[in-house]
Amino acid sequence: MTLHGHVPPEPDLVQLLTPEGTRVQHPDFPLEITDEEIKSLYRDLALVRRFDGEATALQRQGELGLWASCLGQEAAQVGAGRALRTQDMAFPTYREHGVAWCRDVDPVTLLGMFRGVSLGGWNPNENNFNLYTIVLGAQALHAVGYAMGVTRDGAVGTGEPDRDTAVLAFFGDGASSQGDVNEAFIWAAAGNLPVVFYCQNNQWAISEPVERQSRVPLFHRAAGFGFPGIRIDGNDVLACLAVSRVALDEARSGQGPTLIEAYTYRMGAHTTSDDPTRYRLSEELETWKHRDPIERVRAYLVRQAGVAQDFFDGIDAEAEELAVRIRAACRALPDPGPLSVFDNVFVDLPDELAEQREGYREYLSAFEGAGH
Amino acid sequence: MPEPTNLTVAGALNAALRHRLEHDPKVLVMGMDVGKLGGVFRITDGLQKDFGEDRVIDSPLGESGIIGSAVGLAIRGYRPVCEIQFDGFVYPAFDQIVSQVAKIHNRSLGAVRMPITIRIPYGGGIGAVEHHSESPEAYFAHTAGLKVVTCSNPSDAYWMLRQAIDSDDPVVFFEPKRRYWSKGSLDTSAAQAPLPLHSAQVVRPGSDATIVAYGPMVATALQAAKAATEDGRDLEVIDLRSLSPIDTATVVDSVVRTGRLVVVHEASVTLGMGAEIAARVQEKAFYSLEAPVLRVGGFDTPYPPSRVEEEWLPDVDRILDAVDRTLAY
Ligand SMILES: Cc1ncc(C[n+]2csc(CCOP(=O)(O)OP(=O)(O)O)c2C)c(N)n1
Repeated sequence: MTLHGHVPPEPDLVQLLTPEGTRVQHPDFPLEITDEEIKSLYRDLALVRRFDGEATALQRQGELGLWASCLGQEAAQVGAGRALRTQDMAFPTYREHGVAWCRDVDPVTLLGMFRGVSLGGWNPNENNFNLYTIVLGAQALHAVGYAMGVTRDGAVGTGEPDRDTAVLAFFGDGASSQGDVNEAFIWAAAGNLPVVFYCQNNQWAISEPVERQSRVPLFHRAAGFGFPGIRIDGNDVLACLAVSRVALDEARSGQGPTLIEAYTYRMGAHTTSDDPTRYRLSEELETWKHRDPIERVRAYLVRQAGVAQDFFDGIDAEAEELAVRIRAACRALPDPGPLSVFDNVFVDLPDELAEQREGYREYLSAFEGAGH
Repeated sequence: MPEPTNLTVAGALNAALRHRLEHDPKVLVMGMDVGKLGGVFRITDGLQKDFGEDRVIDSPLGESGIIGSAVGLAIRGYRPVCEIQFDGFVYPAFDQIVSQVAKIHNRSLGAVRMPITIRIPYGGGIGAVEHHSESPEAYFAHTAGLKVVTCSNPSDAYWMLRQAIDSDDPVVFFEPKRRYWSKGSLDTSAAQAPLPLHSAQVVRPGSDATIVAYGPMVATALQAAKAATEDGRDLEVIDLRSLSPIDTATVVDSVVRTGRLVVVHEASVTLGMGAEIAARVQEKAFYSLEAPVLRVGGFDTPYPPSRVEEEWLPDVDRILDAVDRTLAY
């Protein structure tokens, strides 16, 4: 055999709920979960999808400049998001609306960036949910640095459930090629840091298929950096929850980093500016529709848990209310005033910038005088 | 004689790439999504289909990788044309550009050339999210060893890109993304480019004051000049085109005639191109100046959210305000 003749086998993928909605057991990742808890996950998934769909609609109506939909990735995001403890910190990309939901970040706040009234606009430390990061992969290093701080603060391995802290870093299959992500792996390994790298492999980076980024399954890369990697069914919220919990627990207890590859699919366009018909086949989308992350939970609840229709009707009604609220609140988001561009550039505003602001104020008032 | 064609800036750039791919087997196009998709702005539309995946390369997602590998290709004798998807995403490649691309010719005592073109859509006014509207040209113009140019119309888009690709020095080629869809006529069959790559051009002659602009601001400056005629003012507009080297002579020649200069760019004013031009003009035309050189540009703040970008970006009114001030001096 030659070195290049070796093809690694297609990896297993941890799955606890099949696309048909059947509960299956995994020897390494048993999940104790009640039907009530699964109903609650269903609610998360359904409301995130409704919110996301509403945002897409708002973009079509001209209320948002852009939207990056998480359609199809709800389970990957809700599973990870619900595995976090309050004290844990999440570092999202620009698409983690489902994680934001789990961190109690108001969806309307997320819309601000996409409407063009803010460049972020929330306090990362309030809900332990960092600002969205558009520059691919940069946040992986931020997560690592945060984890270094956690370690220095002695918030790892104490055994106190409310104290031990893990950090969850999100990025996509495409971003995994960036230097920052690879440096983050090295830092995390070197410091045995309490960080979980959570790669949503949604198969596409705009028009580039994941094969353009990697010849091996992405989670295999972890081995080369010296920490465990695992692939999970990213459309199975139970697998995402179970494996994220274990990885975060291990991080909190001081066992170091993990790479989770949530194998999923970007059901929509990359963003509302993108036209995926130019580069991918609609059959692929059809295949993935059968693996829908929400349908399988619903199928489980109906068939195995005997949940009655009025539960689903209730969620639908709640989703509708949410959509109505979001629509109104989005339209009501105020445009920033002209002088706001000078706000928060510095903690300590230099005089020359204050003068620039003053000059612009005077310039604008001259127009008011002229009846503009 | 073939008729001049009517093309958009985007179409002209595409035609220039096609021309170089056709005529120079060493030319390669690489970047994110440049293949099947044809780039997010479709500048490379159809090129992969016609020239193959090994000449029009969808690179993995790393800007440092795109530029760093272009350096290796150049050492091996290739002529890479790299696309950076948006202005705000060039920074992961900054090290490769300023420490490697810019210096290898010098360090190799001239033995190795870096005929690399780095195309960057830049500037705002398109209602985009963060990192998609920036004007980072001054960083590159400040770097010794890099040439930096920008086009403002379809004819320049076509000819300047061809010239940049043919340049044996590395060229950072800034494309005014908000003008991608502006149309104009050009003659792609001419044997030679209408102007050398590093010449500025007087695009509107005038006598009362000079406005120097480049890229997306040229159209705005021309609008301002037109509006100024209503007040009986005759403004000269220069499209700078080349940001490094700068065609100082064309600017100085104009200022000697008009005595007044306003420099306009989207980039933040402080240490922007306007600062360099003002310094050169006071060095070379001190006694011709009737008023201080004025700069109109973005504020010294991060590029703002899109709903307030029109406040931040220089517009006709802000240019005319500067014209008023220079004429009132
Ligand atoms: C440094 C950098 N380069 C380029 C881009 C433009 N861009 C935005 S998203 C994207 C694709 C990212 O794909 P992936 O990481 O798989 O995440 P997905 O969008 O599929 O969730 C690209 C190239 C960027 N945001 N940042």
